[in-house]
Amino acid sequence: MNDRTPREDASAAFDPAEQVNPIGGPTVDAGTLPPWFLRAVVGASALIALAVLLATGSLTIVLFFVITAVIALPTAYIWSRVVEGRRQAMDRLVTLGIVAAFFIAVAPLLSVLYEVIKRGTARLDGSFFTESARGVIGAGGGAQHAIVGTLVITGVATLISVPIGIMAAVYLNEYGKGRLRKALTFFVDVMTGIPSIVAGLFAYALFAAFLGPGIRLGIIGSVALTVLMIPIVIRSAEEILKIVPDHLREAAYALGTPKWKVVTRIVLPTALAGLVTGVMLAIARVIGETAPLLVTTGVIDSVNTNPLSGRMQNLAVYAYSEYKDPGVDVQASYDKAWTAALTLILLVMILSLLARWIYRRYGTDLRDTR
Amino acid sequence: MPETADKTTTDRNAALATDLAKTAKASKGRPDKVDRVSKRFSVKDVNLFYGDFQAVQDVTMTIEPNQVTALIGSSGCGKTTMLRSLNRMHELTPGATVEGEVSLDDQNIYAPNVDPVDVRRLVGMVFQAPNPFPTMTAYENVAAGLTLNRRGLSKSEKDDIVEKSLRGAHLWDEVKDRLDRKGSALSGGQQQRLCIARAIAVEPEVLLMDEPCSALDPVATLAVEDLIDDLKNRYTIVIVTHNMQQAARTSDVTAFFNLETSGQPGRLVEMDATDKMFTTPSKKETEDYVSGRFG
Amino acid sequence: MEAHTDTTTQAGQILAGASGGKRRPGDRIFSNAAVIAAVAVLALLAGVAIFLIADSVPAITANPADLPEGKNLIDYIAPLAFGTILAAAVAVTIAVPLAVAVALFISHIAPRRLANPLAYIVDLLAAIPSIVYGLWGIFVLGPAIVPVLDWLVAHLSFIPFFAGPASVTGRTMLTAGVVLAVMILPVVSAVSREVFSQTPRRLEEGALALGATRWEMIRMAVLPFGKSAMISGSMLGLGRALGETMAVTIILSVSGIVTFNLVSQDNPTPIAANIALKFPESSGLDVNVLIASGLVLFGITLVVNVLARLIISRSNVQ
Repeated sequence: MNDRTPREDASAAFDPAEQVNPIGGPTVDAGTLPPWFLRAVVGASALIALAVLLATGSLTIVLFFVITAVIALPTAYIWSRVVEGRRQAMDRLVTLGIVAAFFIAVAPLLSVLYEVIKRGTARLDGSFFTESARGVIGAGGGAQHAIVGTLVITGVATLISVPIGIMAAVYLNEYGKGRLRKALTFFVDVMTGIPSIVAGLFAYALFAAFLGPGIRLGIIGSVALTVLMIPIVIRSAEEILKIVPDHLREAAYALGTPKWKVVTRIVLPTALAGLVTGVMLAIARVIGETAPLLVTTGVIDSVNTNPLSGRMQNLAVYAYSEYKDPGVDVQASYDKAWTAALTLILLVMILSLLARWIYRRYGTDLRDTR
Repeated sequence: MPETADKTTTDRNAALATDLAKTAKASKGRPDKVDRVSKRFSVKDVNLFYGDFQAVQDVTMTIEPNQVTALIGSSGCGKTTMLRSLNRMHELTPGATVEGEVSLDDQNIYAPNVDPVDVRRLVGMVFQAPNPFPTMTAYENVAAGLTLNRRGLSKSEKDDIVEKSLRGAHLWDEVKDRLDRKGSALSGGQQQRLCIARAIAVEPEVLLMDEPCSALDPVATLAVEDLIDDLKNRYTIVIVTHNMQQAARTSDVTAFFNLETSGQPGRLVEMDATDKMFTTPSKKETEDYVSGRFG
Repeated sequence: MEAHTDTTTQAGQILAGASGGKRRPGDRIFSNAAVIAAVAVLALLAGVAIFLIADSVPAITANPADLPEGKNLIDYIAPLAFGTILAAAVAVTIAVPLAVAVALFISHIAPRRLANPLAYIVDLLAAIPSIVYGLWGIFVLGPAIVPVLDWLVAHLSFIPFFAGPASVTGRTMLTAGVVLAVMILPVVSAVSREVFSQTPRRLEEGALALGATRWEMIRMAVLPFGKSAMISGSMLGLGRALGETMAVTIILSVSGIVTFNLVSQDNPTPIAANIALKFPESSGLDVNVLIASGLVLFGITLVVNVLARLIISRSNVQ
């Protein structure tokens, strides 16, 4: 980074120029370190950290990371300061710090995945998927009822939110004008920030107003999830409709096509892969919701496929209730909670990978014409 | 041979264009016998706006049936805007408005009781870049106008129209074995002829072409120009082009648009038989432009 | 074609035909359907507010003696609101610097071809259901954080946040804050990253051409350019943290007290956690009280989110 660009190249329009006083100052005479300098320092520090930890027999990933950082940061700074000067040394230090921050940020992800796989595989067996928790107070039993519940509750929510969400996006992109369009754009953004528990309370209050207090039904949970899904569906659908090129709309208009057919027969089919991707990501976002269902669908231990009658439970609520009210064999309940968590993560990952795959595989129509 | 619109050599090009106009096209002018008599456009006092900006001012002209009329002029002179007002595509741009009268034979297409959708069924359009529908096969693209807007056609009727349109667009022999492939899989020139086939499949009276060859290579350009010459047997054709040689080669009548300075609306300077426009135009402005002294 | 009728400002223009012509039933039905969907979405949001308010009224008008713990509504909700804000504040304090660093890493430091995969990995953090974070927080992070709590109490107990005594289970505000920070980090980072990578090249190259190091370039060009994105991203993260329920419900050992002590086993209760814990077993007026507290939570997050959106839209205008 220590290239000596001639001063004439400096963009005159760039006003923070005065802040960089030391041009031609100490750095010009200073030496430079090779491009692999930082990597070498980190590698060496890691080796030392590993050696120390193995020697003292206290090797953990966290300690390894901390000691590596503790050795590498000052070493790189001082070395660079001696050879390259103060400003380069600062640059080295910040670069290392930012890289370290990135690893700190993704560490929880790795830890979560590791722990969920480790603890969740204990009960990842056939009976987890084929048996319910009906009459189970100790070990054994499964989450069939919760899997059915997840599918029904999320499915109904999808059936409600997708048509409304996509039509609202069609409104925003193809028809919208004036105040309604502005209001919708703004409030969709606001809606993405509604706490999920508040969505649950709303759905409960809505149904309680008609069906009486204390009501718990699968459909109420679906309505709560709808509140959370709709803004996500609208946003992603709007983004996709925006990139359907105008020249396709014009080609259709020029054939004497009325607007609604231009939208339904040309625009929406062209955007299909993107729309499907957006819907799948929205499903992935709500399929693991707990809080709104805790207050709307309740807790149950046997299979119920009817969202209009009786309580229901999804996998997330199942995991929570196995944790919160374990059976007589506490560890068995915890195991089931972790297996439910693992199943959920797998569902979410499959949905989002599938969504990306669909967009890659079938989204070519859109990219061809961009 | 046909391309290279190099500004520095446009003087010579103009001479070449004149030669071309005189010799190469023996079939110039309205064909003696046409397959179908198409419709005449009468444009009266048309002003076109984008919001507050006026793009075209006071244009009055007549576009004859079964002829090719070329609109030429420098960039920003309003020729494309003019073209798009002829099938009411202009008003699709938000804020765009139209004043004046455009009649197709005796019917004012801007009359209050006229549906722009119906206008566009009579006046087809081919765009600058080929734009086949990416979700449709070549066959479905050609049949798009039928599937979208005409119900109750049997499969065999559709097959016939698709074949006829593709033959009409000089494309049948090249794609007849690939009709079930995506339209976007064809070459650029083939895509453009596919779009022409799509436009003529709905049997319009008029074909508007907005620089139809600007995205094509010279060979594909020649193929499309040949096709244009052939199409005037059935259609009134209006073509916008930057390329004066193309105007000279393909058109019977040329209309020259110009604007005083940028920011001013474009005006129709002169409109006459193409031969005359490229040899002895009556306005100096036109002469400057066609001989390359302009810009 | 009604999309064009609003443009009929020119005198004497003839476009009235666009709406005066025969209206196609298909066009009318479809455009009406689109408008109805748009209105339905707004009505849904309005419905959220209306139903929460309607069900809060009985709690507001009730005699304080009938309310839980015999307190009046404000005295009941205020400590909960305190817990909500404290947990979210801890989360934002931890998450924002990390998220900005992550955003810079992806936009300016990591090799170009790695940028997209890395961004995807960070986004995965947001895809993990909160119940999983809850379980991870109590079974994994909680025990692991205990030595850190001990250290904080031993060395920094003069700061009220670390007054102690240190919890032996790790079920503390700090733990919940760390988990919340992990959950909101992708949001803050994504908003910042978006804008960082849009820093005009002329600014960046201008700085580099002056001989600035990469860090100086980031400090002089990228960070000032992305300032409002960092602020609005942090606000969005704050909104997320305020409303997050399950992670805090599971991790905190709640006691409803008001304290800034982040490391002890007695913790303030955030509103969302209180609802999740009590709602399933509540009935009658207690439900109304919980809904009223939910309304307060809705109000707080609404204000935070609206502010964040205003900052974003204002900076987009520039």
